[in-house]
Amino acid sequence: MAEPETIAVPPGSVGEVAPQRAGFLEPLILKAGRTLAAYELVYETYGTLNAERSNAVLVCHALSGHHHVAGWHADSPKKAGWWDNMVGPGKAIDTDRFFVIGVNNLGGCHGSTGPASVDRATGQPYGAGFPVVTVEDWVASQARLMDRLGIERLAVAMGGSLGGMQAMQWTLDYPERIAHALVIAAAPKLSTQNIAFNDVARQAIVTDPDFHGGNFYALKTFPARGLKLARMLGHITYLSEDLLGEKFGREIRGADYGFHYEVEFEIESYLRYQGDKFAQVFDANTYLIMTKALDYFDPARETGGDLAKALAPASAGFLVVSFSSDWRFPPERSREIVKALVKGGKRVTYAEIDAPHGHDAFLLDDAHYHRVVAAYMDNVAREVGAGERRGPLIVGGTELEEMKGYAGKGAPA
Amino acid sequence: MRTRFDFDLITSWIPEGARVLDLGCGDGELLAELVAQRRVRGYGVEIDPDRVLAATARGVNVIQMDLESGLEMFEEDAFDFVVLSQTLQAMRRSDQILAEMLRVGREGIVTFPNFGYWRHRVAIALGRMPVSKSLPYQWYDTPNIHLCTVKDFEELCRTVGAEILDERVLHGGKVVSALPNLLGSLGVFRFRRRD
Repeated sequence: MAEPETIAVPPGSVGEVAPQRAGFLEPLILKAGRTLAAYELVYETYGTLNAERSNAVLVCHALSGHHHVAGWHADSPKKAGWWDNMVGPGKAIDTDRFFVIGVNNLGGCHGSTGPASVDRATGQPYGAGFPVVTVEDWVASQARLMDRLGIERLAVAMGGSLGGMQAMQWTLDYPERIAHALVIAAAPKLSTQNIAFNDVARQAIVTDPDFHGGNFYALKTFPARGLKLARMLGHITYLSEDLLGEKFGREIRGADYGFHYEVEFEIESYLRYQGDKFAQVFDANTYLIMTKALDYFDPARETGGDLAKALAPASAGFLVVSFSSDWRFPPERSREIVKALVKGGKRVTYAEIDAPHGHDAFLLDDAHYHRVVAAYMDNVAREVGAGERRGPLIVGGTELEEMKGYAGKGAPA
Repeated sequence: MRTRFDFDLITSWIPEGARVLDLGCGDGELLAELVAQRRVRGYGVEIDPDRVLAATARGVNVIQMDLESGLEMFEEDAFDFVVLSQTLQAMRRSDQILAEMLRVGREGIVTFPNFGYWRHRVAIALGRMPVSKSLPYQWYDTPNIHLCTVKDFEELCRTVGAEILDERVLHGGKVVSALPNLLGSLGVFRFRRRD
């Protein structure tokens, strides 16, 4: 018997997927006052848009994310999308009933127009010339993509962290075009400490001698060291102290202290591994742009700090979710959002998930977390005429991606 | 399918379109009914994750939060009615939650198991802690740490500055009119801030 040629699709997986591209020639006026004359967005879709076009779910990505949300690409069948445990047939975001769209944001480094793209005006990569883009700009560009896909109104926009901020922004900028927002592990604006961490990360990049003011593409060089440091720092903030302690403790390589400055503690090895891995696949200018978009996000800035007033235009229903051990955007920050929504009489459900993993918990397959999302989405499905769940909820499949690839001594299972 | 006798009475007190806050909303049964029957705009508050999930599945607005830390989440006079249904007796500071209810709502509704119910009195007289339909726990595993009688609650209302608008004592789903503090097992009070 010959082996079948296609890879078996595991239960809950959308299977093999391929990215698509959409080009836009209509200029996009950015919040910074500059204009992108033309741009491309790369995206993926899963499931089927129903005849009423009422079942669309937009998944917005966070700092290092992209359009590849679920399934796998033909050239890397072992690498699942970043939210594959959440999106698929029978999963919390059930592609048997919803049409799911993942899009790489402007300024990104996974195919959409960004700093490494060639600027048509100069014939050179944008580099430092790529404009600073904001959450509002992303939402505006995503809305144009929805126009292109024939989606008048989203059933849901959702995301974790910076992705949750985009979902929130959707409800303010296009209240008539979104029925529900899932705002997960997010905040209504960054804290001083959040901005401080971001700036140290940016400084690590811009002070790398290979950065060349952001115009390093033509020089065939890359500020890998700075980007690695930025990621190492960021990574610490994504995980809880307890989790790090549990995974690595004070484990050292060798029997005793070496009294040198090489890698010695396991946590050093782990962070450097993560930093190196990230620096190989991510763009330094994109990192600057993403962190800046985070820093600038503050819908209440135009209402004198009154978040309830800022959220006044929203007519969507909200599911807000936070995680107990998240110290980057802790539960108190989500409660600020909930409080403002309640003050404005908006529809909101708030779940605080008891999870030990820190900020990254939003990417994990905690069963209770997925059940809450699924329960909310099942009601959305009924509301938009997408029907009932066909089988039991499928939770997960993927582990914490960051932990998975680590192969150092004392590597986590 | 109603599982709690106090829900009927509470529903009868709440007018169409009211703003309602249901503290300790459990699986959202009362709130869902109020939305269906009275078209209220409301939120439930619940601490238990599984009940939050159940309420989410019902499609009501539920906020996961610990009532013991107060109602800071809610503005003064934000609601027409604040309901605390069979939760008062399980709280560390029953007086403080009552004061908070008066702050965020125009009117409060509280229901609680009446410790003065005759079966409870008989149990005590015979030297044992009462175990009954309304108090179905042993003394060592009960969540109910602040049990009170109907008279005790009337007194607490005076202490925190609440004016009682209506009070009923129920048993087996029916209002008990004679000797309510003796013959009724469930106290249901409606009150507002005394100005």
